Amino acid sequence: MTMLGNQIKKPSYVLSITLFFLMLAGIIGGIYYATLQIDYVWRWYRVPQYFLFHDKMEVKSEIEGDVSSISVSGKQTMITVKDTDQEESYVVTDGTLLVDEGDRIYPGDTLAFQKKWKAGILMQGLWLTLKVSFIAIIFGILIGLFGGLARISANPALRWSAITYVELIRGSPLLVQIFIWYFVLGTLINTILAKQNMWQVPPLWFGVAALACFTGAYVAEIVRAGIQSIHRGQSEASRSLGMTYVQCMVHVILPQAFRRIIPPLAGQFISLIKDSSLLGIIAIRELTKATREVVTTSLQPFELWFVCAILYLVLTFTFSMFLQYLERRTLSQ
Amino acid sequence: MIHVENLYKTFFVPHKVKALHNVNLNIDAGEVVVVIGPSGSGKSTLLRCLNQLETANSGKILIDGIDVMDPKTNINKIRAEVGMVFQSFNLFPHKTVLENITLAQITVRKRSKADAHDKAMHLLEKVGITDKARVYPDQLSGGQQQRVAIARALAMDPKVMLFDEPTSALDPEMIGEVLDVMKNLAGEGMTMVVVTHEMGFAREVADRVIFMDQGAVVEVGTPEHFFTNPEHDRTKLFLSQIL
Repeated sequence: MTMLGNQIKKPSYVLSITLFFLMLAGIIGGIYYATLQIDYVWRWYRVPQYFLFHDKMEVKSEIEGDVSSISVSGKQTMITVKDTDQEESYVVTDGTLLVDEGDRIYPGDTLAFQKKWKAGILMQGLWLTLKVSFIAIIFGILIGLFGGLARISANPALRWSAITYVELIRGSPLLVQIFIWYFVLGTLINTILAKQNMWQVPPLWFGVAALACFTGAYVAEIVRAGIQSIHRGQSEASRSLGMTYVQCMVHVILPQAFRRIIPPLAGQFISLIKDSSLLGIIAIRELTKATREVVTTSLQPFELWFVCAILYLVLTFTFSMFLQYLERRTLSQ
Repeated sequence: MIHVENLYKTFFVPHKVKALHNVNLNIDAGEVVVVIGPSGSGKSTLLRCLNQLETANSGKILIDGIDVMDPKTNINKIRAEVGMVFQSFNLFPHKTVLENITLAQITVRKRSKADAHDKAMHLLEKVGITDKARVYPDQLSGGQQQRVAIARALAMDPKVMLFDEPTSALDPEMIGEVLDVMKNLAGEGMTMVVVTHEMGFAREVADRVIFMDQGAVVEVGTPEHFFTNPEHDRTKLFLSQIL
């Protein structure tokens, strides 16, 4: 009893670390043990194929004729099919041939199998999540910068517009906003465009718009707070030198505010990357939607949902590392 | 050079305060005017009204013949001609000393980088800190920062310099170096309006001293008149408290 009491009062570093890893192992082991109880079979080896897989493509002849020549150069093989009046050549890279010279070929016959590495559905989903988040972040910054400046503008029309925008966006759930963008605005815009026989806006852009507008409202508040945190003397000094409002903002206030708002901006953008998972509901196959599709076909939900979570973690962690680097760089000036 | 007529200014935060009450003032080119008075007497407000950092409620301010309170006046043009030095220096912390001095020259005066640089180095020499051109303001002492702030204002070739308690935020041993720079400036014939509690400076450099209390100009006179034979009781009381 006294030993235990001493240990709690003076925990040694090594012991605490050991305890941490024991706890971690306990949780993982516990989950694993629980899955054994329901006879779940772990098949991790099935996961990589959803990132990258070797696709077997058939190379088919489009014409009728004889295989006149097969020439090999390195990994490339060229098959030429010749008839009396036409000739067609097919290049196969790293494949297996099914025909010989002189064979009679009909349209649709398979000449060879060609192997090709292809990005799996999870990889495509990850890429789409990255793309959607990146575009939404860029627009979010632009909207937020403008919104933040409008929020502190002396012009009531600008100021009230900014307040209304921020309060509307912050006061309603992102899921509902995505529905509004897709089912209300999307229907309106695409129906009107269709009546004019014009190009249709794909759902991806409504998803990006929803995310950008949502983030923009939060960024606007961050920008406003950043600008207001800069001492009044800074703008007074620059204005007293004859600088205009815009010059003062660009050269004096915003560069100083920017350093202060990097940490809250990082948090906001990490939220945005995670919130992009909601876009699956409007048929955008980003990472979460992709995982859901893979789960329904592979029936390996345990592995895949863990993989999905880890992929988000990789994205957000990389992003936050980048912003930390940016912060250190601006501070070291 | 500066003409102030019937200037009124009232603040409403948190209570109604008469910051300026019927102020009239005439300052000639080359004159050094020191404004003294107890805190809250409206000295700083008067100074800040001159370059429109504050807007007066009514009255008239002419600087070099231009009505600065006229909404049609381009105030940025006036401000470029009126340098201001603040109590808290207000240097730009994200820019080096040199960039602090060149920024407004390049953006407002549209000078080339090289010209602005030469001007800045010349002024740094004048205020005695050429060796600190490449450092950031937070690496300087208070006195050095204030001297850079003076150089920054002078870089615009102003016709008038306003000093808002330039030595009040300084450690005592640094006050001298800033006052020396100001004395040199006065000697070169710069028109200066100085709000200060440095009575030594007022006595030595000022052409005229203005005593303000509760938003009004109570007494105007030469330094000799002030420090030997003040007229008003309020002036006598104030001087007896600080001397």
